[in-house]
Amino acid sequence: MRNKYAPGKGIFALPYAVICIIFVVFPLLLLLVYAFRGEDGGFTFANFKEVFTNSTNYLALFKTAGTALLATGICLLIAYPIAYILAASPFNKYAILALLFVIPMWMNFILRIYALSSLLDMLGIGKSYFAAIIGLVYDFFPFMLLPIYTSLVNLDKSYAEAADDLGANGVVTFLKTTLPLSIPGIMSGVMMVFMPCFSAYAITDWMGDANTSVIGGKIQDLISHNQWGVGSALAFVLLVLVIAVMVIGNIVTKSRSKAENSALVRGGPAA
Amino acid sequence: MTTKKRIGTILGWTVLVAALILMYLPILLIIVYSFVDSKNVGMGGEVGFALYVRLFENERLMTAAGNTLVIGAISAVLATLLGTVSAVGIFYMKRGKQAVNIVSQLTVYNAEIVTAVGFFLLAIFLNNAHIPVKKGLGWLILCHTVMTTPYVILSVSPRLGQLNPNLFEAGMDLGASSVRTLFTVIFPQLIKGMISGLALAFTLSLDDFVVTNLNRGDVNTISTFVYDSIRRGIDPTVRALSTILFVIVLLVLIVVNLVGKARRTRKNVK
Repeated sequence: MRNKYAPGKGIFALPYAVICIIFVVFPLLLLLVYAFRGEDGGFTFANFKEVFTNSTNYLALFKTAGTALLATGICLLIAYPIAYILAASPFNKYAILALLFVIPMWMNFILRIYALSSLLDMLGIGKSYFAAIIGLVYDFFPFMLLPIYTSLVNLDKSYAEAADDLGANGVVTFLKTTLPLSIPGIMSGVMMVFMPCFSAYAITDWMGDANTSVIGGKIQDLISHNQWGVGSALAFVLLVLVIAVMVIGNIVTKSRSKAENSALVRGGPAA
Repeated sequence: MTTKKRIGTILGWTVLVAALILMYLPILLIIVYSFVDSKNVGMGGEVGFALYVRLFENERLMTAAGNTLVIGAISAVLATLLGTVSAVGIFYMKRGKQAVNIVSQLTVYNAEIVTAVGFFLLAIFLNNAHIPVKKGLGWLILCHTVMTTPYVILSVSPRLGQLNPNLFEAGMDLGASSVRTLFTVIFPQLIKGMISGLALAFTLSLDDFVVTNLNRGDVNTISTFVYDSIRRGIDPTVRALSTILFVIVLLVLIVVNLVGKARRTRKNVK
């Protein structure tokens, strides 16, 4: 009897497994096919050659990585102190404080950018690389804050107390106990901000100058102008990068998954 | 020591309040200027509800807002059903658990633009294979459902671990089919996880721009409508729309919080 039941329940995962194969795995295979397909329909390396020899393509990749790194770094520098304060007494008594930092995330992404660019326009800050970085930081900041905040709130305080008892001063205590213990949170936050920057062309094209655009905008342009081969090749390079970051992130630390973090940031009160 | 602590507290409040002001300043500006009939924020104009009146007369923007809500609502419900059923299946799976998890994580980790290109190419492929797919509302609902299902699985899974493992057998022993057991015995136990999964899926769908922009055909959502009108100059009525959306979000948050709190206090009283 038991044996008859056991496979019966696993079967509930079947619809999703089929959907995953059709809508997740298969499109990635299509990406690979188009990346290696020439205009005549035959096999070719021409698209990848275009990506790695045409300077506008590979420079765009490097520039995007630089922009993403800069935005992620600034996010981290701002988010860590704020998370630290939120997690410390007496502020950790007010759960509403952390929630306040998350609420803007619930409004539409484009409307958020519209609001920010309106403010910058009013202040006389025009389209520039600087404005685009502000846009990226403004938009992704909560995704850096929440994972760090959660790791600091759940931190075992006895380590810091022990360091304090052993005569370490505040700075040494922080550097030797709190900071290393919050690295999983930092890593989650970094992953939550770094990769999305590659796709955030809405922000860079809107707020930045002509040179600011990230690689996602280039891919969007190529695909929507029927240059499927080169567009797919670029997207494939990005996919490899995603997988590399994913693997490195998992090796460096057992950080929380991105989905969990999103749930954390967006799930807010409902969770 | 106490003075040191007090200085620390004052400093902490200062930093937090300053950060919150910076975060909310753009939104407050939009809200204030949604009551001023001017072309741009910061310009003078008549104060009143003119922008709100014009918003409801702006057919294209209202259609875009309607599309956004329809896509969000339907895809969120579908993702919740699919995600919950799958979570139960994955939970009871003996083999292949890891494979399903990795693939569902791939949707989550993947750069949005890569996901978008994937759906775009899939539509081309299906059309070439004589399976007619038209980019637009239906296709977007499908894309958003696939995108948000992993998040539902994630919200539901933790609750499954807390279930009585014999619950399923109990339902079946009493003569219900396994599908009926799933819907009438298991689902009610998971309702909290399902609701937070639904909220998550809905807001993610509402927020999406990259996937939508490449797969929308000639259908507009709020995101694509506003983004497309950057060059022409964004219609001031968007300020009224932003304000309405922000107020709705705020109200929903407050209600959910109050309900959660009331439920918690009731539990404590018991």
